[in-house]
Amino acid sequence: MGEETIVDVRGLNHWFGSGEMRKQALFDVSLTLHRGNFTVLMGPSGSGKTTVLTLVGCLRAVQDGSLRLLGQELNGASEAQLVGLRRRLGFIFQAHNLHESLTAAQNVMMGLQVHGGLSDNTAEQAAIHALGLVGLSERTTYLPANLSGGQKQRVAVARALVSSPALVLADEPTAALDKDSAAEVVDLLKRMGRARGTTTLLVTHDNRILDRADRILTLEDGRIIHVEDRS
Amino acid sequence: MNRLLQRLFGRLPLGWLQLTHNRTRFAAALAGVAFANVLVFVQLGIMNSMATATLRPYAFFQPDVMISAGDANSLTDGSNVARQWLLQAMADPDVADGMSLFIANVHWERGDKDISLTTFGIDPAKPAFLAPRIAGDLARLEVQDAAILDRRARGLGKAEAAAIRPQTPLSFETQGRTVTAYTTFAGGGGFGADGYMLVSDQTFLSLFPARRSAAPDHILLTLRPGAQPEAVVTRLKTLISDPSLRIRTYAQAAQDDLRYQQAKRPTGIIFGFGVLIGVLVGLVIVYQVLSTDVADHLREYATFKAMGYGPGFFLGVVFEEALVLGILGFIPGLIVGTTILTLMGAITTLPLAMTPSMAISVFLGTIVFSALSGAVATRRLAAADPADLF
Repeated sequence: MGEETIVDVRGLNHWFGSGEMRKQALFDVSLTLHRGNFTVLMGPSGSGKTTVLTLVGCLRAVQDGSLRLLGQELNGASEAQLVGLRRRLGFIFQAHNLHESLTAAQNVMMGLQVHGGLSDNTAEQAAIHALGLVGLSERTTYLPANLSGGQKQRVAVARALVSSPALVLADEPTAALDKDSAAEVVDLLKRMGRARGTTTLLVTHDNRILDRADRILTLEDGRIIHVEDRS
Repeated sequence: MNRLLQRLFGRLPLGWLQLTHNRTRFAAALAGVAFANVLVFVQLGIMNSMATATLRPYAFFQPDVMISAGDANSLTDGSNVARQWLLQAMADPDVADGMSLFIANVHWERGDKDISLTTFGIDPAKPAFLAPRIAGDLARLEVQDAAILDRRARGLGKAEAAAIRPQTPLSFETQGRTVTAYTTFAGGGGFGADGYMLVSDQTFLSLFPARRSAAPDHILLTLRPGAQPEAVVTRLKTLISDPSLRIRTYAQAAQDDLRYQQAKRPTGIIFGFGVLIGVLVGLVIVYQVLSTDVADHLREYATFKAMGYGPGFFLGVVFEEALVLGILGFIPGLIVGTTILTLMGAITTLPLAMTPSMAISVFLGTIVFSALSGAVATRRLAAADPADLF
């Protein structure tokens, strides 16, 4: 019985800059993410974690090697294909990146609206439901300025998960949070991921998260040097 | 409001929410748009009033063709025309009648007021050349030094003007003679004079002894029924032996005068520039507001890009903001503009007023130029690169 493959990376190389300044950031990176897995990507700063995340997230063009996301090859994909694929992903950033002019519910609705019109109330109901799942049902009409750091990051989690994406990409989502909020956010990601069959790729240097991972990949100087399976 | 817009757009009214989030900046932006609107309204109002004032005296007469000197850019400008051309023109079978028109300004000293009246000397026996509302009174001018006075002349009281009747005429001194107004007509002050006066050609020549009856300012012609003015003009140009003369249909002469006032005279050019400046000010204000707004939200826009929103979405948001600014800024602009024009009109007695066509064209202009500013402002969106968020 083969597990469903969400991401399949083979021999990925990546360079930044050009000419004399050209510098290789990734060397022959290969990795596979299966449906429902919670994978943590670790490594010191400058090791290439973020580059991997932006490549998998269709935010950069693949230069060399193969990267298959949800069955589609990204090497040579058009910008329109990349934009289309991004709609099937959920992003969580180090900063919450909520829109200051939108309420918590409206911010979450932005995660749904990308899939089509909002002419009826179902999107709003879905957003309020998602906020309930992250424990913010009392705060749906608050503007981000009136929420705490942890609450804002939870809104961001709700925004990323509301459209049930196949893959959630998270970049140090706990860096700006205290210990309790951090644990809460990661548990939330994991729990909601389980419930919806979402695959998660999370970049961090935060050791507090490791014991919750199914698999830990360690990156150093652009190469994967260690793979640890925990499930 | 939000829900209404949400239903209208089929998406969250992000532009509206973004603009209204910072109330102070929003108010300042609207004030800026309103200011630009007022600027354009006042300049347009003055330009319009110039057009109204320029065309007004043409409406006193109703000939078909006018013959003027080559340098006669307006009714009151330019050299005289020899009356012999009138006789030559009469040779054309389609020309029914001709009349000499004399024009000069007189000054009427009234205590501390000096009223200048553009005075037309006409043949009282030829009412066909005058607008029906005036033609009926022409017989009054047969009397030496009789006049028909502009009841809307600046400096003439309303009650005073209304009291002028054949039984109670108003006499005043000008050009060393006593002129008596037996009746009135509706003219109005313009940029060149405070009002108008009609006298007979004989009275005109007594008022201006230096003028000669053989040298009027313009020659007016009426045509036989069914004649084509343009065709007659073409024939007259070959029939009349002086090629320097301007032979035009009367309507063409009025349009030429208007174009001359707007494009060649300094006042017209200045107010035309005023409109341009107003448009530019509005353009810059809206562009500044929108591009600052885009720059302030680059991070959020980059996030939306990462989430899969395409360029059309962002263009829509910026256009939405441009429309909100244009529409909401126009309302105070219209109110203040109308007030200023009405006040200016009351003070100067120039025909200054807000017209529906002005309001509509400025509104459409505001929308178009706001959208244009928005389109330019979206160029900054390229700087929102989602790869930089990580």
